Amino acid sequence: MASTAASLSPPDQRGRTARQLPVHLALLAMALFSLLPLVYMISTSVKADGREFAVPIEWAPEEIHLENYQRSFTRFPTLIFLRNSVIIVVFCLIGEVFTGALVAYGFARARFPGRHVLFMVMLSTMMLPQMVTLIPQFILFRELGWINTFLPLIVPAFFGGHPFYIFLLRQFFMGLPSELEDAARIDGAGFFRIWWSVAMPLAKPGLTTVAILSILTHWNDFTTPLIYLKSTKNFTVALGIHLFKDSYQMRFNQQMAYAVMMTLPVFLLFFLFQKNFIRGITFSGMGGR
Amino acid sequence: MIAAISGSGRLSPLQRREALNGYFAIMPWLLGFIIFIAGPMVYSLGLLFTKWDLLTPPVFNGFANFQRLAQDPTFFASLGNTVFYTALAVPLQLLVALCVALLLNTNIVGQNLYRAVIFLPSQIPIVATALLWFFIYSPTNGLANAIMGGLGLPQQRWLWDIHLVKPALIVMTVWMFGNAMIIFLAGLQDIPQQLYEAAEIDGAGTYRRLRHVTLPLLSPTIFFNLVIGIIGSFQVFIQVFIMTDGGPGTASMMYVLYLYRIGFEELNMGYAALLSWILFLIVLLITLAQFGVARRWVHYEGERDG
Repeated sequence: MASTAASLSPPDQRGRTARQLPVHLALLAMALFSLLPLVYMISTSVKADGREFAVPIEWAPEEIHLENYQRSFTRFPTLIFLRNSVIIVVFCLIGEVFTGALVAYGFARARFPGRHVLFMVMLSTMMLPQMVTLIPQFILFRELGWINTFLPLIVPAFFGGHPFYIFLLRQFFMGLPSELEDAARIDGAGFFRIWWSVAMPLAKPGLTTVAILSILTHWNDFTTPLIYLKSTKNFTVALGIHLFKDSYQMRFNQQMAYAVMMTLPVFLLFFLFQKNFIRGITFSGMGGR
Repeated sequence: MIAAISGSGRLSPLQRREALNGYFAIMPWLLGFIIFIAGPMVYSLGLLFTKWDLLTPPVFNGFANFQRLAQDPTFFASLGNTVFYTALAVPLQLLVALCVALLLNTNIVGQNLYRAVIFLPSQIPIVATALLWFFIYSPTNGLANAIMGGLGLPQQRWLWDIHLVKPALIVMTVWMFGNAMIIFLAGLQDIPQQLYEAAEIDGAGTYRRLRHVTLPLLSPTIFFNLVIGIIGSFQVFIQVFIMTDGGPGTASMMYVLYLYRIGFEELNMGYAALLSWILFLIVLLITLAQFGVARRWVHYEGERDG
C-alpha cells in the first residue's frame, strides 16, 4: 500500500493527491468521530448554566464561563483530591520504576537456577485479571488495618509493579550492549553497583516509558481507590467523580470542567513525551484500563 | 523455595554468587507474587465454602455458595451481558482500529496530525470518558439525540432503554479504539517494504497485497490485540458503575459490577470469592482457547520483539 509513494516523481504528485482523496475523506470522517465527543466535553465545560442542552448544540459558546472550573474545585474538596492523587502517583512511580528495573535486571543479566520457570510464572500473571485477587487482597489489607489509608494503593508498587513493566524493562536491558557492564565488572564493580551506575543510566528511554505508563495507570485508577478509600478527605481525583455520580449537586457544565481538568495532565504528558508515550501504548495495549 | 531451586550444589563459587545476586534482584517481585497474588488466591479457595460478612466471624457453609450460584438469575444475566458486550465491542473496536491504521499507513499527507487527532481522545481517563458519554447519552438533548435529530431519526432514551443500553455502551467502547490503532500501526510499520515491492512486481493489486501480505504478517498483532481486548472487556466495570449501575433492571449488569456488589455492598466474601474464581477460570479458558486456535491463523515470521 505504502510502496508506490517512495518512487513518485514530481509530475505524479497531482495524481497522488487525487488518489489519496478517498483516504483523506475516510480519515477526516474518523477524526470527526474521534474529536466530536472531546470538543463537546470542552465546549460544554465553558457553557453558562442552563445552556448545556441548548438546541442546536452550541459548539462555540458565545460567552465563555471559566468559573465552571472554579466551581468544580470549590463544590467538592477537589484540591485535596488532587493532592491525594499526586501523593499516590508519585509513590507508585518511584516504587514501580526502581523495583521493576531491579527485578528486570535480575531476569536479564543474572543466571540462576529456576530463572526460566520464574520468568514464565511472572509472564503468566500478566494475563491475570486484577478482579480475581480483589476479594482476598481486600481481606488481607483489612487484616493489616490499611483500609481508608493510601497503603493498599502504594505498597504493592514496591514489589516490582505490573509484570508488564518488568517484561518491558527486561527486554530493554537485554538490548543494551554488554561491553560497558563487562568493563565495570573488570574494574571490580558488583552486580548491583553495575545495575545502578551503568545499566540504569543507559535504560533511561525504557524507564521513561514505564514511568509514563505508571503515572497514567495510577492517575486514571478508579477501582482500587473505590474499594480502599472510604472518607472523602482521602479521595483521589478519579474517585471524586463518585461523589457527584447520581447526585444532581453538580451541573453538567461543571462535571465536564472536572473531566477536562482530569484529562489535562494526560494530554500534557502526551505532548511532552510523545515518543515514549506511544512506545508504552505500543508495548502494552493495556492503556485505558 | 529458593533453597529448593538453587540447591543443585554443583555451582562454582562465582556462579553461586551470580545466582544469589539474581535471586536478590527478583526478590521484590517474588515476594509480591507470594503476598499479593498466590497467597490470596490460595486463601480464597477456603472462602468458597464460607459465609462471611466481615462483621461477624466466618462460618463454614459447605456448598451453599455453589448452590446459590446455580440458581442466581443475576449471575447468569451478568454473564450473558458481559459475553454479549465482549462479542460485539472487541471485534468492532479492532475492526475500526485496523481500518484507521491501514489508512494512516499509506504515505498520506498530514499523517502525524491525523494520528494525533484520532488517537488523543482515547486517552481521556476512563472515569472522565464515562462522565462524558453519560452526558452524550442524555435523553433530553445530549449529543447522541442531537445527531439522531439531525438525521431525522426519533429521539432515544439510550442508557435508560433496556434494548439500547448495551449497544450504547458498545459504541462508546468502539470510540476508544486509539490504543489498538497505535498497536496496529506499529505492527504495520514492522512489515518489510520489500514484500510489498515483490508483491507489486508479481502484479498484486491493493486488495491482494492486503489479503496476502499485510493481514498474514499482521496476524500476531491482531491476535495480541484480541487477547488483550477480550480479557479487558470481561472486566468492564467503571463505565457501568458510573453510567448505568447495571440498569435498567439488569440490562447492563456486567460480571465485575455484580462481583463488586456481592463483595462490597452485600458483604458476602464467600460468594464473591466464588465469582472471582469463575472469572479467573473463564479468562484462563478464553486465553488457552485463543492460543489453541491461533496456530491455525496466526503467522509468525521469524523472531519478533515486543
